[in-house]
Amino acid sequence: MDSPSSTIERLPAPKRPGGWSIPGWGLLQGLAVTGRNMVESYYKKERMTTIQYPEERAPISPNFRNFPFLVFDTDPAADLRCTACSICEKECPPQCIYIVLDRDENGKSLKRPRVFDIDLSVCMNCGICAEVCPFDSIYMDGEYELSTDDRFGGLLFGLDRLAKSAEYHMKLRPEQATEVMARRKAEEEKKAAAAAAKLAKAKADAEAKAKAAAEVKPEEKGEEV
Amino acid sequence: MSLEHLPRLPQRLVEMLLQNFGAPEWLVLIAGFLVAASTVVGVFAGGFALLSLVERKTLARAQNRIGPNRAGWFGILQPVADGIKMLTKEDIVPAKAEKILHLLAPIMIVVPAILALGVIPYGREWIPVPLELGLLFFFAVGAMTEVSIFMAGWASGSKFPMLGAMRAISQMVSYELPLMICALGVVMVSGTLSLPDIVDRQGGFHLGFIPAWNLFTPWGLVAGLLFYVCSIAEANRCPFDLPEGESEIVAGHMTEYSGFKYALFFMGEYLGLFAISGLGITLFLGGWQAPLPGLDFVPTWIWFFAKLCTVIFSFLWIRATFPRVRIDQLMRFAWLCMIPMALLTLPAAAIWHFAGRGLLSWVVTVPLLLIPWVIITVIYNKRLAPTLRTYRFAE
Amino acid sequence: MISDSSMLYSTPALETGDDEDQLLRVSLGPQHPSTHGVFRMNVVLDGETVVSLKPVFGYLHRNHEKIAENATYLSSMPYTDRLDYICPLSNNWAYAHAVEKLAGIEVPERAEYMRVILAELTRLINHTAFAGFILGDMGAWGSALMYAFREREKILDLFEDLTGARMMANFMRFGGCRNDLPAGWAMKCGKLVDDYGPFLDEMEKFLVGNEILLARTQDVGQLPKDILINGGITGPMLRAAGVNYDIRKVEPYGIYERFDFRIPLGEIGDCYDRIMIRFLEMRESLKILRQALDQLPEGDYIHPKAKIRNFKPPVGEAYGRIEGPKGELGFHLISDGTTNPYRYRVRPPSFINLTLLEDMCLGLDLADVVIILGSIDIVLGEVDR
Repeated sequence: MDSPSSTIERLPAPKRPGGWSIPGWGLLQGLAVTGRNMVESYYKKERMTTIQYPEERAPISPNFRNFPFLVFDTDPAADLRCTACSICEKECPPQCIYIVLDRDENGKSLKRPRVFDIDLSVCMNCGICAEVCPFDSIYMDGEYELSTDDRFGGLLFGLDRLAKSAEYHMKLRPEQATEVMARRKAEEEKKAAAAAAKLAKAKADAEAKAKAAAEVKPEEKGEEV
Repeated sequence: MSLEHLPRLPQRLVEMLLQNFGAPEWLVLIAGFLVAASTVVGVFAGGFALLSLVERKTLARAQNRIGPNRAGWFGILQPVADGIKMLTKEDIVPAKAEKILHLLAPIMIVVPAILALGVIPYGREWIPVPLELGLLFFFAVGAMTEVSIFMAGWASGSKFPMLGAMRAISQMVSYELPLMICALGVVMVSGTLSLPDIVDRQGGFHLGFIPAWNLFTPWGLVAGLLFYVCSIAEANRCPFDLPEGESEIVAGHMTEYSGFKYALFFMGEYLGLFAISGLGITLFLGGWQAPLPGLDFVPTWIWFFAKLCTVIFSFLWIRATFPRVRIDQLMRFAWLCMIPMALLTLPAAAIWHFAGRGLLSWVVTVPLLLIPWVIITVIYNKRLAPTLRTYRFAE
Repeated sequence: MISDSSMLYSTPALETGDDEDQLLRVSLGPQHPSTHGVFRMNVVLDGETVVSLKPVFGYLHRNHEKIAENATYLSSMPYTDRLDYICPLSNNWAYAHAVEKLAGIEVPERAEYMRVILAELTRLINHTAFAGFILGDMGAWGSALMYAFREREKILDLFEDLTGARMMANFMRFGGCRNDLPAGWAMKCGKLVDDYGPFLDEMEKFLVGNEILLARTQDVGQLPKDILINGGITGPMLRAAGVNYDIRKVEPYGIYERFDFRIPLGEIGDCYDRIMIRFLEMRESLKILRQALDQLPEGDYIHPKAKIRNFKPPVGEAYGRIEGPKGELGFHLISDGTTNPYRYRVRPPSFINLTLLEDMCLGLDLADVVIILGSIDIVLGEVDR
């Protein structure tokens, strides 16, 4: 397995004082290192990196992710972005998402979740749900002080605790939220434009049809009769 | 009544009080002794609590941590919190344990440490028990520690404690030998086994500023260093903490202990540390003698405790740095290096005693001790020294 | 210790005979301070000398491979973080590498550089922490470990800035990485690389000349080269014995051919060599990092056509391997054309490096067993999977 092309180089051995080793010299060097650390920990910030948690907190990186949350634009009940498509449910590695689609009395889909539960005790904060969501609806939260004394109910988050406003998202991840907002706005405008165009086209079509109908009215009428 | 007599104050007060009430002579004597003993126990029990905190703080700083700082100001109440925790924990005795021995072992480890503390002169006026044969007494009770550690290991009826006990016996017997031989040199020069007298012989200064401590003589330097190493081994401290060996045999002889019995082991270890350091200071560092002339106004016991703090800090520093040695290396070190060197200090001390502190003594004793050291260094370099290696690099 | 390679497969039978009651059977672990998790060794001791040692593992078995077969390709990515949780980003790369091989996905230039940087930072973390752990196994009171973790935290801060998590990164994707480097990240990383050299100097001063460490680790736990090769040992353990085998050189993946670095090789292969090889490797990693940071190009961080949803690689199989910090880390995948792999198999370096444990420990002290186990550098998350 020795590759034949390898060139071998010899490093000079680390020096000992005077070429002789005094028994215990290495031990003294070790003592010097710990002694230095002991003294410097009192005044050097890079040696003493401890942050005393409840009183002081480390700055949180803008990319930091913890548990997922759902975004709504204005009203948590009415315009949740989630359409209950269940892609995140399927992709979630530990299968901690549970979604039930909301339907009206006729059984027609309302395109929104009736139940959206995430079991935070199972969730492993991987962020795949946020990544696969095509509706910009689920994102990763930065909240980390979620300890509770109820390990079942206290960690099973439903819609009420998962739904957070778009402003919250904007505050948490300005960069990402701005980009999403811009995209959504562009899409909406495109949609609106398309709808307007469609409307105009439909109107034009209808007019043309009416015109055509007016032209062939007598026969039609006649046929109808 | 000056500051010098402060540690004696409780004893004197009780004696005076009892005499005023017309108590018989024997009662005054016994009460005085009891109070003197409680002073020592109280001081060192407090010292144990403080040391457990200081040790954690020092080690933390050496590792760039802060250490306990939540209980009270600078964590000063941490020992109290630890004590409450230990007291309220369940006391578990294994089913296969020898119940009585299992209970006795932690007590047996504290008692000799306290007894040993009784004979050490802490100040000019503060000698709890001024025994004529103080040194002998110290070693006699010191040897009980081995028994109690073996007792703990045996009585637990478990494998890791048994391994720890076997290690403890072999280690402590091996290191007790050089420890005593080193002390013997001091006894030869001082001509007494009484610890207060040994301290008295180290009074005064050479050339006006070098203290006449035993450490500042050729044989004393060698014996003192050997004594230092042996005392680390005797106190089961890192790098010789093999009986505990927490990365190998879990906690050695203490594996099957919990709650307050476990705390007693710690207390025994720390009190033993105080005792052996105190003996080392008495024998080699001039006991309560001031380090420089003109400092007589400071109470002598303050010097003793200052020296004690220094020595114990060095133990902590070493603990923060060194890995543990292996049992065979430990034994080889004891028998091949420590004991021969310790034996050599004896003739050196004898020459020192009979030829005095003159030039002749220096001329004879320095080579006597230096030559074996050079021989050991040469052997170490030729045969024993682990090599620093060279490494190849493949492109 | 075995000197003859023919004895590898015939570990001497335990001769009890009349001495039966003289032997001490000890179960080291699964609850033991220095078995690096829930590893267990059934040791038979004669005094303190090891006569027989049987490793027992599986206490941390989490069914990783079977779970992966019932999940999409992407869903297994966060699970790979949890294999060797000291170095999740290397595991990510190994898995992404295997899937890319399977599906024939190209990786953009910038993503390749990012991967190299992250993998080498991971190597620094692993080797630094290793030095601390082995000192802990030797009974030092955690000073080396704390220094190591102090520096590790700095690298973890970088990881958090980039991936959003300190350890469970879940960062690599098939065809690149999940997101681009945040602004200023490369500069921060460059500063860390510059500061790491002095830290290594300090660590070496602390450890390398320490007589107790030398005495404890030299001539402990070495095996001849051919036994190691036969046993499938890889990584620093194999290189410490002088076998020039590093997948970054032997079968270059990613863009490793572009960098100028060397492979340190030991001669004897005892625990001391294993420590030293890791120290020297860290120096080489710093060299790679410096070059990669200097050359880091602009561009895509993920292939524009990379699929996140409904990813179905073509039918086939692939084995992708990288030089992880602990040795050869490989993923073998068989695809049946669906969204889930048909077979998913991990070749974990620490598990395979562990197979020769008994051969290394026989005839040595109980205290040596702990050091040898430490020098193999196992992580139970990867051993038991």
